[in-house]
Amino acid sequence: MSFLKIKNLSVDYKMRRETINAAKNVNIDVSKGEILGLVGESGSGKSTVGNAIINLIDEPGRVSNGSIVLDGIDIHADAENIVKYRGKKIGLIFQDPQTSLNPILTIGDQLIETIQAHLNLSANDAKNKAINLLKEVGIKDAETRFNNYPHQFSGGMRQRVVISLALCCEPELLIADEPTTALDVSIQSQILDLIKKLTKERNLAVILITHDMGVIAETTDRVAVMKNGDLVEIGPTKELLTKPKEIYTKSLVSSVPPTNKKISRFKIIEKENKKQSDTNIKILNRWVKKEISDKDLVKVESLSKTFDDSFFTESSKNSVMAVNDVSFSIKEGQSFGLVGESGSGKSTIAKMIVNLFKPSSGDIYFNDVCITKIKSNKEMLKFRKQIQMIFQDPYSSLNGRLKVKDIVSEPIKLHNPSVTSKDLDDYIYDLLESVELTQQSAERYPHEFSGGQRQRISIARALATQPRLLVCDEPTSALDVSIQAQILNLLKDLQEQLNLTILFISHDLPVVRQMCDRIAVLKNGKLCEISNTEDLFIKPKHDYTKELLKLMPKIESIYN
Amino acid sequence: MDSQRLTLLSRIKDSDIYFSFIKSPTAIVSSVILVIIFFCSFFVEFVAPFNPFDPSSLSLMEAFTPPSWSEKGMAKYILGTDGQGRDMLSTILYGSRISLIVGFSAILFSLLLGVTLGLTAGYFGGKYEMIVMRLTDVQLTVPSILMALLVDGIARGIISRELHDEMAIYVLIFAIGISEWPQFARVSRAATLVEKNKDYVSASTIIGVSNILIMFKHILPNIMRPVLVIGTIGLALAIIAESTLSFLGVGVPPTTPSLGTLIRIGNDFLFSGEWWITFFPAIFLVLLAFSINLLGDWMRDTLNPKLN
Repeated sequence: MSFLKIKNLSVDYKMRRETINAAKNVNIDVSKGEILGLVGESGSGKSTVGNAIINLIDEPGRVSNGSIVLDGIDIHADAENIVKYRGKKIGLIFQDPQTSLNPILTIGDQLIETIQAHLNLSANDAKNKAINLLKEVGIKDAETRFNNYPHQFSGGMRQRVVISLALCCEPELLIADEPTTALDVSIQSQILDLIKKLTKERNLAVILITHDMGVIAETTDRVAVMKNGDLVEIGPTKELLTKPKEIYTKSLVSSVPPTNKKISRFKIIEKENKKQSDTNIKILNRWVKKEISDKDLVKVESLSKTFDDSFFTESSKNSVMAVNDVSFSIKEGQSFGLVGESGSGKSTIAKMIVNLFKPSSGDIYFNDVCITKIKSNKEMLKFRKQIQMIFQDPYSSLNGRLKVKDIVSEPIKLHNPSVTSKDLDDYIYDLLESVELTQQSAERYPHEFSGGQRQRISIARALATQPRLLVCDEPTSALDVSIQAQILNLLKDLQEQLNLTILFISHDLPVVRQMCDRIAVLKNGKLCEISNTEDLFIKPKHDYTKELLKLMPKIESIYN
Repeated sequence: MDSQRLTLLSRIKDSDIYFSFIKSPTAIVSSVILVIIFFCSFFVEFVAPFNPFDPSSLSLMEAFTPPSWSEKGMAKYILGTDGQGRDMLSTILYGSRISLIVGFSAILFSLLLGVTLGLTAGYFGGKYEMIVMRLTDVQLTVPSILMALLVDGIARGIISRELHDEMAIYVLIFAIGISEWPQFARVSRAATLVEKNKDYVSASTIIGVSNILIMFKHILPNIMRPVLVIGTIGLALAIIAESTLSFLGVGVPPTTPSLGTLIRIGNDFLFSGEWWITFFPAIFLVLLAFSINLLGDWMRDTLNPKLN
């Protein structure tokens, strides 16, 4: 018999205008010693189900129907049950290790507090138990680390502490809500290994909530796919990923960038904008197309950037070397990838190329002109026009107070002040249609659009000046995987048709493999290696690249 | 045009602010009171039963008439008359107009000054920011009433006596405005620091938009929410500051009395039994300031995304 049985669970959020069904008649069961993956895109209700189990649904939401049976007891039957079980029988791991620990208490105090709240142990016993737990989750030197504060741990170590907190009271069910989303690839695999190990050793039932199909493929035994509150499909992981039955599951699987090969386009089964047919790049006839030559469009020479906080002292003690002696060049029409974990300096390089920062030393050449030495704004404006950028966060990259029309027209008016209003309107419509948005979008405000659509507006704005170089800083990492596939397709189409040169920055190796011709790997501000995409993935030279490739979650691992 | 207006109206009706407004009785009551006061003050010539500044309407014989409901009261003077036989209700309405004009102008002045300084300081940073922010710190160490007294004193020294009465209202606006601007500077600087690190500002920089345009077209609309909340609560403070100064005798002259002046005049008669001359202007002032504050509190709660 399964350990946890969720029967007909429905969760409603009664809002002002309507009632949102965050979960509709969901049936899930989990056995001991098994990891169940709960996968879905944002808004699919996967976290709602997790929260419903421990009765942490925020107002105005409520469980409107169904039962949750844990070990034969309906834990929602009366309110006291859940207080007894939460923390004791059910452990929780949250996404962000930064906020799930109290910064003003040592981790030892937090562990002891939790242990004593549920188990009747003396202070000494509790301490011993806490230290053993820390050892179990792989924290070295646990006796000394016991007295440290959360800020003295790195992100991965902190997540280990959070896991030890969840394990404090010998829970039998563990709910992990996106436990590795905030972590780098190399740490992610360690945490997932830890969860797998604990599941076996302690015979836990685990629910792993995630949006990452690679994580699902590598970690879970069974997987449940959710969409808009509905449970679409549930089954053994291998079977579900290799032979999906439902259309939605198929489209989800086909949207995931494969790690082992380069495909020309993602197969899109369900599209966000149904009205639009195929991509119709209308701005093509306005575009002064640059022929692809064998020339370097961008040349970066021993670029360095130091950030220092020293306001009062002139010493370099507080300074951080974000970028350290990096050189590379990009040919016209090429897609160049910059890959690295957080803190590798990849975004800093992007910001120096688009001239948001001045480099501390080194030069950037664009079309054989050194743009880092330009002083006058007028001179700079010529280059601004040719280098545009797309940002990671589609929410903060558009000014919410302006209509889409005004956002897209700003660069046009600035670089061509004599444009007539009819021409301007035509141009805006062409731009919007080129990124597969309707003409009506022009009159609306950014908040009326989804994340993927906002990213399209961002692309339209970047294309408005007819740039030769497009810098994409993690353009899809805030998006769901099916939307990501559409945006990546769009970028590929645009590049092909308009002969754009693209600098593509990402931490996501599979995505970079699909998008780029050449790749540079960065670590702590230093360049590890540059090579052509296929060479890099097939025979990496640098140890760090090898490790990254080994650790990235692979959806293909399911075939082995 | 008509359809546009319709959609604007329906958009307002659809907005969360409207929703939270009709759900809040305090907000409704206080804004109804404020609308009535604003209306009566601005159309005072048509609303007030008498013109207290028209000498022909004065009758010394009817001075010190108590409110109409008391024994010796007269029906035509609802709230009684003052020492010169002026109708209290009309005087209060005329007085509140002066108070509101001074309050609004002063807060507008300090808003413009404070937001400009705060926005530029937050945007440009560096030494300029340090100078501006230290200036606000210095300004905040001087109590606003003292600051206003100082400005008034200097103005009296520079401007001749005859001119002074004419100029009094401008001096007052300047004096109150100059003591309120640090609030705006601090809030708008803090909000600018948040906004300028958002990607839409970077995007505009990359496009090549000038600093001035980025600040005033892009950042300014995004920092107006907290500024408006401070502005509303500051309006109540400015009105009270005006009344305080007028009460102390350094505000507007008795020939064009504001609420503060009326309270001060009435104060002389308080202990001889003519309580209404000071009581009604005082109550009116309390009602005005209280309503503005309640509305400001509601605005703060509604517009603050952290509390939602």
